[in-house]
Amino acid sequence: MRGADAIVKAFEEEGVKHIFGIPGGAIIEVYDALYDSQITHILMRHEQAAVHAADGYARASGETGVAFATSGPGATNTVTGISTAYMDSSPIVVITGQVPRTLIGNDAFQEADITGITMPVTKHNYLITDPSSLLTTIREAFHIAPTGRPGPVLIDIPKDITAADIEYNYPKRIDLRGYKPKTKGHPKQIKRAAELIMKAERPIIMAGGGVILSNASAELVKLAETIPAHVVTTLMGKGSIPETHPLCLGFVGMHGSKYANYALTECDLVIAIGTRFSDRTTGKVESFAPYAKVIHIDIDAAEIGKNVRVDVPIVGDARGILKELTKIIEYKQRKEWSDRIEKWRKKYPLKYKKDGKLRPQYIIEKIYEIEPDTIVTTEVGQNQMWAAQFFKTKYPRQFISSGGLGTMGFGFPAAIGAQMAFPERNVVDIAGDGSFLMNIQELATCVDFKIPVKIVIMNNQFLGMVRQWQELFYNERYSATCLRCKEMRFEKIAEGFGGIGMVVERPSEVEEALKEAFEIRDVPVVIDFRVERLENVYPMVPAGAGLNQIIDREV
Amino acid sequence: MRNNNAGKNKYSISVLVENKPGVLARVASLFRRRNFNIESLTVGTTEKDDISRMTIVVNGDLKTVEQVMKQLNKLIDVIKVSDVTEMSVERELVLIKVAANSETRGEIVELANIFRSRVVDVSKTSLIIEITGDEDKINAFINLMRQFGIKELARTGKVAMQRGEKVVKA
Repeated sequence: MRGADAIVKAFEEEGVKHIFGIPGGAIIEVYDALYDSQITHILMRHEQAAVHAADGYARASGETGVAFATSGPGATNTVTGISTAYMDSSPIVVITGQVPRTLIGNDAFQEADITGITMPVTKHNYLITDPSSLLTTIREAFHIAPTGRPGPVLIDIPKDITAADIEYNYPKRIDLRGYKPKTKGHPKQIKRAAELIMKAERPIIMAGGGVILSNASAELVKLAETIPAHVVTTLMGKGSIPETHPLCLGFVGMHGSKYANYALTECDLVIAIGTRFSDRTTGKVESFAPYAKVIHIDIDAAEIGKNVRVDVPIVGDARGILKELTKIIEYKQRKEWSDRIEKWRKKYPLKYKKDGKLRPQYIIEKIYEIEPDTIVTTEVGQNQMWAAQFFKTKYPRQFISSGGLGTMGFGFPAAIGAQMAFPERNVVDIAGDGSFLMNIQELATCVDFKIPVKIVIMNNQFLGMVRQWQELFYNERYSATCLRCKEMRFEKIAEGFGGIGMVVERPSEVEEALKEAFEIRDVPVVIDFRVERLENVYPMVPAGAGLNQIIDREV
Repeated sequence: MRNNNAGKNKYSISVLVENKPGVLARVASLFRRRNFNIESLTVGTTEKDDISRMTIVVNGDLKTVEQVMKQLNKLIDVIKVSDVTEMSVERELVLIKVAANSETRGEIVELANIFRSRVVDVSKTSLIIEITGDEDKINAFINLMRQFGIKELARTGKVAMQRGEKVVKA
């Protein structure tokens, strides 16, 4: 069988239903094979977007996402997408074409050493040098990407191998002696954790993206209710517990609520689950939870003790560990602590000015009100933080955002991926005008494939988050953050692509526009919300400060 | 042996890896990216053809070295990582080209003999000495040779193996 046909057949055996990509010379054989396949290929308009779409697909569905690109520039364009998936532990498999083996190393046309380039940003990568290893490698990639701590795997396949005749013999099982993720938590450590929990007077659960990756949301809620303890999430952990749950305090960190940050600072026990204690979450590490002992549950042993000292580490899959842990603890009312938290919650709510001007927070509240089940993706910056603050996530995988790498331009293609995974649902990309421009070409993909993603632009004609920092910390010296594009008409751009565009300038028009947009099921919709330009994200922990040094403003 | 070196410690880590192209690059890339400091790295095949053994000497505190080991363990091509700092035999091989003339040659050869090293090449103006041993011995010998003028020096980097029945196995 031709190598290319074997690749496509192997993908079918892996259950791949969607591939996001762009063809090119070095991968043309594979695209030729794809022509006869049942797999749906979504022709994206930029390889970076193809990888983000595969990533969004994976985050929304829990299935491994797949992206294709050709050699050279096609391959190098995938790098930001791969890095984004790597930082947020998203399982994707990326296939890149490579020049024929005889030309590798000769600086051939469209040759790039993509395995060398992506080594630090992939969980693993391969350059196929022997046709006989092709199928085993594909099986390995689909094994490595979603298991353990998930992540991107790249396979670089020289063109001559895709054209070579190989025997189709797809391995069912593979044995990687260097890769044996530990899933079961150590019983002794779980017991020690239970003892700490029973002793604690002021426990807090800190739930990260790992809870979602491990499908452990039900177990998390059970644990929280059994202790009982309030739950703060990281940005990546949003949705691990319904944000409407009385024990949920929303997300913590640089733009988390005051009450979540205070609770995490004042607690005497942190039960951290599937989080890597990123700097945006912990604030200044030295003043992170200063009175607390720390239990850290994570499948990646290297995360334990990396950023924060840990008293009881438990390495393994969160779901099983939470189940075991919940079994051996008993309910113990801690009224004083719970009252304190609720007092903070009442005293320091998330808020914004309601003065008749169009503010982004209001728009996001309206999206939640009208379509609470919609999948939300975000770009990066102020739009992302407002979305995280004001969209109450109800279920896991509902809120999709580039947390670790902070990739502007992620939200829109990720929304395309999520929409392909769930064609019946609504998918909204909460965007800024700066971010949306970074992958705006994907409007063409949406029109082409009738993907009805809604792009909601919080248009302030600024690179807003950087502008906010300049306002607060750089004496209002707005260096290169004003986008000066007041005249730019996003609704016309959308129409130019064949989509639908709307402009909204007043709060009174928000609801109608959103309702109208949610009715549209066959083309992308861009709503250009002309928001209050100087609106800032509050509260805020200044970079390098402790979580309790969070600043707010009067409204 | 845990030498105290400017407030930092030295650790010897033994790493069994798949004997495949690119594995050394993965390990080197990891050290660079995570900002770990390698003092030496040696690599060679083992009793099994498909497994190579690296011995990496790392400078750092315990926390850093734990991170190094955990991060190494995450590489798919890494089969086993062991700290072999304690209770181990450590050896390094060094070739030293020392300036020598008829007056100094005798003294150099005598010193070489005391250190149980071997003269492997002689010319009118120089000698090549091959010495193996642990770090202290080698450093002491190199220091002695300085007075004669070291023209060239090549070190293999350290290999290490734990004493007794303990085995680093895949």
